[in-house]
Amino acid sequence: MSAAARTPPIPGAGPMVLAEGLRKSFGRLEVLSGIDLQVARGEVVCIIGPSGSGKSTLLRCINHLEKINAGRLWVDGELVGYRQQGDKLYELREREICAKRAEIGMVFQQFNLFPHMTALENVTEAPIRVKGMPKTQAADLATQLLDRAGLKDKASAYPKQLSGGQQQRVAIARALAMQPKLMLFDEPTSALDPELVGEVLGVMRDLATSGMTMIVVTHEMGFAREVGDALVFMDGGVVVEAGRPRDVLSNPQHERTRSFLSKVL
Amino acid sequence: MTPRTTETAGQTVPPEEIKAVPVRHPGRWVAAALVLVLVAMFVNTLLTNPRYDWDVIGSYFFSRRILEGLAITILLTVVAMAIGIVLGVILAVMRLSANPLLSGSSWVYIWFFRGTPVLVQLLFWFNLAFLYPQISLGVPFGPSFLHADANSLITPFAAAILGLGLNEGAYMSEIVRAGILSVEHGQAEAAQALGMSRGLTMRRIVLPQAMRVIIPPTGNETISMLKTSSLASVITVTELLYAAQLIYSVNFKTIPLLITASIWYLIVTSVLTAGQYYIERHYARGAARELPPTPWQRIRRTLFTFHPPPPAIPSQQPPGGGR
Repeated sequence: MSAAARTPPIPGAGPMVLAEGLRKSFGRLEVLSGIDLQVARGEVVCIIGPSGSGKSTLLRCINHLEKINAGRLWVDGELVGYRQQGDKLYELREREICAKRAEIGMVFQQFNLFPHMTALENVTEAPIRVKGMPKTQAADLATQLLDRAGLKDKASAYPKQLSGGQQQRVAIARALAMQPKLMLFDEPTSALDPELVGEVLGVMRDLATSGMTMIVVTHEMGFAREVGDALVFMDGGVVVEAGRPRDVLSNPQHERTRSFLSKVL
Repeated sequence: MTPRTTETAGQTVPPEEIKAVPVRHPGRWVAAALVLVLVAMFVNTLLTNPRYDWDVIGSYFFSRRILEGLAITILLTVVAMAIGIVLGVILAVMRLSANPLLSGSSWVYIWFFRGTPVLVQLLFWFNLAFLYPQISLGVPFGPSFLHADANSLITPFAAAILGLGLNEGAYMSEIVRAGILSVEHGQAEAAQALGMSRGLTMRRIVLPQAMRVIIPPTGNETISMLKTSSLASVITVTELLYAAQLIYSVNFKTIPLLITASIWYLIVTSVLTAGQYYIERHYARGAARELPPTPWQRIRRTLFTFHPPPPAIPSQQPPGGGR
């Protein structure tokens, strides 16, 4: 393993996410077959590719929701899921994994808001229960975040009473309430009516402008071109092509990228 | 496209309301008449048959022994259900655990307690002293500190609590498990992505949502437990049925006393049903866009809301006033 020979990145400096030869399989099915990826601090990286190419699995690995089988993965200079002492790897305890997940925000395709809580409660739940933030302070923070997402008057609404776009904006506010250093978006607009896509992308654009490090799995090529600093095309569990969005979209180097883009653009 | 309203010289005229002859249902009238006759016959025999002994029922209805029996029945139901629910949640979480020893032992427990009649279990606990005359507390395979005589420790009431509660745990665990499985996996995932531990996720996110599925069958179980607790009469617990039996074994007013007990069972069941309605409503938050009104709210709304009568003739309305 060449990764072991290299010096691991330093926390607080260097890339926010670094993957080397990352592999993940479910039973016999290998979903990620050696991913190399680097995401710098403050960078917005968009990942595109056909379904089944491993985009979502990659995000889930970064957030410790899936265990990787081989390779190395660092977030903010720290190994994901393991602690290295000398040559040995030690699995992290649940508490340590939870602490790491708390620093990474994730937004899902199906929103996954908690239906038995109001929008405000959805946002305050984790800061209160995980961080131990006082309730009034959490409520202030949540009100501020909902306001930023344009949902000031929806704080007391239950998710069922909100449109898809509003729900997804609450979900973004919920993730931001943990003050994450990295935000992962798993096809955040794929379940939305076309009319509602814009409002969610608007919130994400503001977030990118504020300097947040973001990894966005998306089919919105316009967003990738305008907001993304880098574009990654994945297929069959590997990164086929990566580069500046403009270059990849208008001048793809690989035949597979060309045929994919010709179908979606 | 056809507009919903017709424009006439800038004025909006709402479409005329449909007036049609409704379908007649002669079958319903025949059935209703039949039911009415049967009800009248039943009420008649209740009132005229002197063997019902309504005065006996009346005199025993609030008697001390019946009320004490009722108290024991309610206590048995509450304690056995409390044990059943706590045990059910533990067994359900164990059953869904990744640890094969935990899920396996939960499976064996459910298999055993669902597979034997609850009456047999009651008799078994009642006769525990035969198997273990002495019960002691101490280090396994080592010295023991506390000793007790099984006959004095396992009273009939304790045996009833054990029998009913442990049996109920097996049924409740399947209800809780169904509830947990009914919650979408994405919910637990979203909670974990926020850094919530598995325990916290279960307590704050999964179980509150599972409650919607868990409450109705649990209400059913509670009502069922209220009546099953009468089995404790065979191990000499003076609950409602046994209290009635003790009285009629002396005065031979069997039927009136059974009716007395039955009316009390019906009353408590009605109270439990009403309680279940309000608990269900509490956990329906967020599941529907708007909560259904409570019966009391519904009554108030129909009594105190003014319904304007529909206009008899489609009159002309000012522009922009109609739809």
